Amino acid sequence: MSASERSAQIQGLYQEMILDHYRRPRNKGEIPDADETIVMKNPLCGDEITVQIRYDGDSVADIGFSGRGCSISQASASMMTQLVKGRNLEEIESLRGRFRDMVMGTENAADDKSLGSLRALSGVSKFPARVKCALLAWDALTEGVRRRS
Amino acid sequence: MNRRLDFPILSNRPDLHYLDSAATSQKPRVVLDAITDFYENSNANPHRGAYALSVEATDRYDGARKRVAQFVGLGDSDCLIFTRGTTESINLVASAYGRANVGEGDEIVITALEHHANFVPWQQLAIEKKARLRICDLTEDHRIDLDCLSGLINAKTKIVAINHVSNALGTINPVRDIVGIVRERSDAIVVCDGAQGVPHLPVGFDELGVDFYAFSGHKMCGPMGIGGLLGRRDILESMPPYQMGGDMIEFVYDETTTWNVLPHKFEAGTPNAANAVGLAAAADYLDSIGMDNVLRHERVLMSEAHERLSQVEGIRIYGPQPSLRSGVVSFTIADVHPHDLATILDGDGVCIRAGHHCAQPLMRRLDVPATARASFYVYNDSSDIDALVEGVMRAKEIFGHVGV
Repeated sequence: MSASERSAQIQGLYQEMILDHYRRPRNKGEIPDADETIVMKNPLCGDEITVQIRYDGDSVADIGFSGRGCSISQASASMMTQLVKGRNLEEIESLRGRFRDMVMGTENAADDKSLGSLRALSGVSKFPARVKCALLAWDALTEGVRRRS
Repeated sequence: MNRRLDFPILSNRPDLHYLDSAATSQKPRVVLDAITDFYENSNANPHRGAYALSVEATDRYDGARKRVAQFVGLGDSDCLIFTRGTTESINLVASAYGRANVGEGDEIVITALEHHANFVPWQQLAIEKKARLRICDLTEDHRIDLDCLSGLINAKTKIVAINHVSNALGTINPVRDIVGIVRERSDAIVVCDGAQGVPHLPVGFDELGVDFYAFSGHKMCGPMGIGGLLGRRDILESMPPYQMGGDMIEFVYDETTTWNVLPHKFEAGTPNAANAVGLAAAADYLDSIGMDNVLRHERVLMSEAHERLSQVEGIRIYGPQPSLRSGVVSFTIADVHPHDLATILDGDGVCIRAGHHCAQPLMRRLDVPATARASFYVYNDSSDIDALVEGVMRAKEIFGHVGV
């Protein structure tokens, strides 16, 4: 791969939206009356994320996250909390699957407009070492959903 | 002299800036050739066949042991046990010596500067034996706090395990002073993790005074999958074996078995002869440079990197001053996570390690989840530092004025 191709991939990874969520994470902090608190670690780098969920029936009424991590894991967590709030568990599972396909580089997965802002993370698929970063918050959410159901 | 030419991978990838030698070093042509030569000309199972080829394989394996023993300053080469590397060497001591000599209420002392390989085996041994694991704190500049260490060692201490050079920070520890402290206060044995010692500075086991010393071949220009444990003969002879199998036995009866002599007692199964030969070639290669020169070369580069990185706004470099370190610069940049930095540097062909460096207890004490680590070796030069600094500046540019 040429240097300019690699440079373009780096640009594609660190899109403004990612950096914005890293700078100003949404839904960061503890939420009161959480039904579930899930701690998820990335053993590769030692990063740790805590996701808290409050349910209303089978929908996520409120969700927050805390912890330290790289721009990819923090931005992914921030965008995830925005997108899943108010959605039911079935919708969340579907979204997670499509997001996972996208960051794993499954063909055409990044064309799925219903992924919304999450598509800003499509560049991750070119960086296999960073896929785990993008999935960390989602893994925590999945664990929470699994406990619920 | 451009040593890059000695290393095929660096000739094949001229744009590579390999700054992760603390993880594993690249291999010079002479090492690759020695391994190939063994398989092409001398391969048979050592210590077994009653034919000339097996005898030759045995001679080459035994010769490799003598050569490597000489390299690490061990006079009695039977006291060099070939293992898979540092991790297995330490596990051997924890398992064979530790289980036989540590009991309830005994104490094992390690430091906060240890790699997991010199931390977890002792922690688990302590749990198994209901012994107490005591962890020595660090000074503010991330050296082992010798006052703290003195306070931790007493008549109950059975094992003291320390690293020679910190993999995460490059701190060179005063092993001889530590041995002095231990001997003064206890009958404990001293186990030294030399994974980052042997590759980077002259090591003389017989003068160092420790009871065990573990190292890896792959960090010193040798192949992966071979390393060594150096031990004192009386202790090795009194220890039970580590693994059971062929070669480590003397006589096997239905009900009982007697053990082979050193070093074979601790080398069960077919030995890793080709890689031992490769490791001996690595010792030849490093001796052709001179270990004093290796250390000097690394220090020059590390000091230059330290100085140039120090000028970057928001940077924090861990560990003591450069004169107390081997060729490692471990750092963080405000607002740029080490993983992001490593990805951006990778885009420029610069390989650094980002993470906890298998030293999570240390990272917790530094209060960071991870650091970025650049480590230097014989094939690096100033152009690698240029690429590193440029990449760091690019990362800062991408992240702009991120205030997290």
